[in-house]
Amino acid sequence: MTTTVNGEAYVPRAGETVLDLVAAHTGRPLDPDGRPVDGGRLGIAVAVDRTVVPRSSWARTPVTDGQQIDLVTAVQGG
Amino acid sequence: MTSTTAGPTGDPRSTAGDPTSTPGDPSTPLVIGGRSFGSRLIMGTGGATSMATLERALVASGTELTTVALRRYGPAGRESLFALLDRLGIRALPNTAGCYTARDAILTAELAREALETDWVKLEVIADEDTLLPDPVELSRAAEDLVGRGFTVLAYTNDDPALAHRLEGLGVAAVMPAGAPIGTGLGILNPHNIGLIVSRAEVPVILDAGIGTASDACLAMELGCDGVLLATAVTRAQDPVGMATAMRAAVDAGHRARRAGRIPRRTLAVASSPLEGIVTGPREEDAL
Repeated sequence: MTTTVNGEAYVPRAGETVLDLVAAHTGRPLDPDGRPVDGGRLGIAVAVDRTVVPRSSWARTPVTDGQQIDLVTAVQGG
Repeated sequence: MTSTTAGPTGDPRSTAGDPTSTPGDPSTPLVIGGRSFGSRLIMGTGGATSMATLERALVASGTELTTVALRRYGPAGRESLFALLDRLGIRALPNTAGCYTARDAILTAELAREALETDWVKLEVIADEDTLLPDPVELSRAAEDLVGRGFTVLAYTNDDPALAHRLEGLGVAAVMPAGAPIGTGLGILNPHNIGLIVSRAEVPVILDAGIGTASDACLAMELGCDGVLLATAVTRAQDPVGMATAMRAAVDAGHRARRAGRIPRRTLAVASSPLEGIVTGPREEDAL
């Protein structure tokens, strides 16, 4: 099955974790606890198959075939 | 947050639960969920044409709490809204805009809690895209669930006193009745209902949606609302910074007027100058 990231088809690399995915998408290196190495705030949440994965679990959550992964952040609204 | 009636005399507000407030003192903070805000104007960020204009408008409004939406991340190549609010020292209030079901609203609130590290949420569960009015059943379901999950829920609701009362019973931290449908700028279509909601609420009442111009925001405060939430009225104004400044003044003026207590409405005139000592000739009918 196809993995999707924010609605786009995605081919996971061997051993890739959600932490790797978020770091790659944001271009910000992350500590294993999911926080930016630079000490700032990331402002991003991740859902896998419509369930929130806490940032503390990103490093031990593998990206696998068939997952629907969503990375969300704050945008203008309300 | 008042226990008095919204009568024509503008009764003094109850200050129960707010140890810092003094009756008649317009500088009392807005307290929501145990947190104080110096500004009673909550801003939205939707509709701004540029981040630079949005920043200037937010600063001009004096707001300390501003709503954001949660959407899929896209590489922006510029400062994120999250970073902007962080830099301005404005607390981000995530909303669940675009959700039609309790299920979707709960997922969005959970994502917001994780992304923005806040358990505050502006709960918005709409019924249809033409009116964007809240769906009372799904809204109530979501409110109950989110309160149970430890969220501080600010519930966007209809101008329905019964529903507002029900939401308060479910444990929301503030009720936010619509003055008119989102983005219409029609003002407050049912001031009587807003006054009724205020008169019975023990939690803050924030007038949310429908504001078109400064007098609408002022009226909301005169009716006894504890604050006003608006976005489009500023972001789509011809001069957003100018309108943000006007809204700030209007909310302050309305709050002060409410505190000061307006005069009763009368059918017939009451002279404000003394009648005694006036020098006049005989009235025309007496002279005939």
